[in-house]
Amino acid sequence: MADYKEIITRYKDLPGGIIEAYHAIQKEQSYLPEEAIIAAAEVFEIPVKDAYGVATFYSMFSVKSRGKNVIRICESAPCHIAGAADVVAALEKELGIKMGETTPDGKFALEFTECVGQCQATPVITINGKPYGDITADKIPAILAEYK
Amino acid sequence: MANVTIDGIKVSVPDGSTILQAAQVAGVRVPTLCYHPDQAVKANCRVCVCEVEGQRLLQAACSQPVYDGMVVKTHSPKVVEARKTILELILAHHPQDCLSCIRNQNCELQALAEEYAIRENPFEKMVRGLPKDTSTPSIVRDPDKCVLCRRCVYACSVFQSVNALGLENRGNHAMVVPSLGKDLLDSPCVMCGQCIHACPVGAITENEQIDEFLAAVADPDKVVVTQIAPAIRVAIGEEVGMKTGEMPMEVFVAGLRQLGFDYVLHTNFTADLTILEEGNELLKRLKEGGKLPMFTSCSPGWINFCETFYPDLLDNLSTCKSPQQMFGALVKTYWAEKMGIDPAKIYSVSIMPCTAKKFEASRPEMKDSGFRDVDLVLTTREVGRLFRMAGIDFSKLAPSKFDSWMGAYTGAAVIFGATGGVMEAALRTVYEVVTGKTLEDLNFTFARGMEGIKEAEIDLDGTKVKVAIGHGLANARKLMDQVRAGQSPYHFIEIMACPGGCIGGGGQPLTKANVKRAERIDAIYVEDEGLPLRKSHENPEVKVLYEEFLHEPLGHKSHELLHTHYTPKNKKFL
Ligand code: SF4
Ligand code: SF4
Ligand code: SF4
Ligand code: FES
Repeated sequence: MADYKEIITRYKDLPGGIIEAYHAIQKEQSYLPEEAIIAAAEVFEIPVKDAYGVATFYSMFSVKSRGKNVIRICESAPCHIAGAADVVAALEKELGIKMGETTPDGKFALEFTECVGQCQATPVITINGKPYGDITADKIPAILAEYK
Repeated sequence: MANVTIDGIKVSVPDGSTILQAAQVAGVRVPTLCYHPDQAVKANCRVCVCEVEGQRLLQAACSQPVYDGMVVKTHSPKVVEARKTILELILAHHPQDCLSCIRNQNCELQALAEEYAIRENPFEKMVRGLPKDTSTPSIVRDPDKCVLCRRCVYACSVFQSVNALGLENRGNHAMVVPSLGKDLLDSPCVMCGQCIHACPVGAITENEQIDEFLAAVADPDKVVVTQIAPAIRVAIGEEVGMKTGEMPMEVFVAGLRQLGFDYVLHTNFTADLTILEEGNELLKRLKEGGKLPMFTSCSPGWINFCETFYPDLLDNLSTCKSPQQMFGALVKTYWAEKMGIDPAKIYSVSIMPCTAKKFEASRPEMKDSGFRDVDLVLTTREVGRLFRMAGIDFSKLAPSKFDSWMGAYTGAAVIFGATGGVMEAALRTVYEVVTGKTLEDLNFTFARGMEGIKEAEIDLDGTKVKVAIGHGLANARKLMDQVRAGQSPYHFIEIMACPGGCIGGGGQPLTKANVKRAERIDAIYVEDEGLPLRKSHENPEVKVLYEEFLHEPLGHKSHELLHTHYTPKNKKFL
């Protein structure tokens, strides 16, 4: 689990900081988990009910897990060299979408990411934050099957 | 001052007054829904719109300030048409269940629909179809009936500082929900019921348990015994067409016998007992260097608050059970023995001004008699309904006395019903115990009234004791933060969860404004003044209880039956 408090604290002194903080968390998690809302209440020193009120007021935020599995592919140099491009092609083929898109059923999204600190097992992908190393094109269908 | 004309009536009102206030001065009633006289203006319902000469748009009377020379029409054809449309829109989203609604005939929305002769509704009916929230033993939420006025949110956040309720989503999807959209039980809610007083409709109510009472009186094997809390008598009359304080105690008792109670006893008896136990506990803490300040412990909403928000200060709470629970533990032990009644047959019903009492009675530890100490808690409102159901004419009812051994009481017990009452009652007794002198003036008037926090220094023959009183949990929070910071100058603090004390409890007849609470407080002190005995230690039946059963305050039996412990709630979020 991400350290929500640390992320949120970065926005503490900005005007409208809680909204920025929610954006930052949603970028990581694709939604605002309860723990993140509670952490935001603590950091901004407001009641949880108000942090929740903000989180549900704007339609760009979601407080429910969208049921979406966010697949991120590392495009930093080590993974790139290890053949990340082949993995991208395999994922795009398997899911029928391009990078940056979401499948029509909303179940999978493909995104690039920076180094995730798993360079001992390049190339690396993460699904909902969980890393998978030493990926080759033929491993993809089995991994995706876990999430279908 | 601004000179304003309201429906042709000229009035002069202070600058900054709203149209609504000016109309009140003019004697013109403008209808409202989200407006609450003791709360900040919310202006979200638009029911109060009025026409202002020279302005195209209608203005919300509750929020629009007047200016000199303003001419207002509060019920012109244009205004009436707009109000009708607004009401029709609200009603299109409202389940029209008035017949089976707990607020039938006591509902601000229903009254508006009646006043504006709403008949056919041109708007499509779209009720949300949300489930009721019955997660707590005290409060029921029926979100379908919510008109989104936010009066409950204000009461819970500002008066009580509990912040259990908030807003979810916006626009057409907006809802008032417990924090994080959870059940009330998962939220920080302390079950005080102040949101019920705030709600104009039937969207938040008590957990009504009238049917359980009817089943108990119908059961020939049950001996149904009741206790009446100190704050009930002054308010119960309001439920049956009498004025505040007008119901004579013994006529009330007669009415309860009509409902089928086998024995009518009094929580006032255990209120006096509480003073002896708690007064001695305070003296012991002062003498032996125990945890100070000591907090009173009779208000279960306050106990919930302390267990939720101040778990680090639970040792400061008096270990005395509330009078309700002391009564419950004694009625199935001491009283049963004295009366020769099998305690297993006793069904103990308490009549309380309080929704949190329903929760308190259900706490797992409250069975020191060997049985559930209190079987059922009915609020004042529920008893009012039972009286109306039974068709009792109180003007013709012959008075009846309380039953013996747990029915006698003093004025000190009566004032438990008002903020400051427990403090005053304790001081009357503690003074005489410590000094051995007779108290000349029984009236500790510093303790009385609606001031949020009251304090004094009392001289007990050389020993100075600093005391404070807080009512409404936002005031409690101020006193508690002081204690937590190590800056509290006090030895003894009385806290009541509800504004005004129990007379403003969440189970009392609905108070549309705090002035009603003040009226009930006045009635409480009138009753106290009129009683021959006004000090708890003079209660003759309490003396018998100590002689024959308990032997001494804080003794072995007391510890077994009359004292308790507290547990941090460990709520996941606050
Ligand atoms: S809340 Fe009021 S209008 Fe709605 S059903 Fe109940 S009594 Fe009728
Ligand atoms: S019962 Fe009291 S604490 Fe609970 S929601 Fe209502 S006002 Fe808030
Ligand atoms: S529950 Fe009652 S008080 Fe609260 S917003 Fe809804 S209608 Fe208003
Ligand atoms: S009462 Fe004025 S807008 Fe609701």
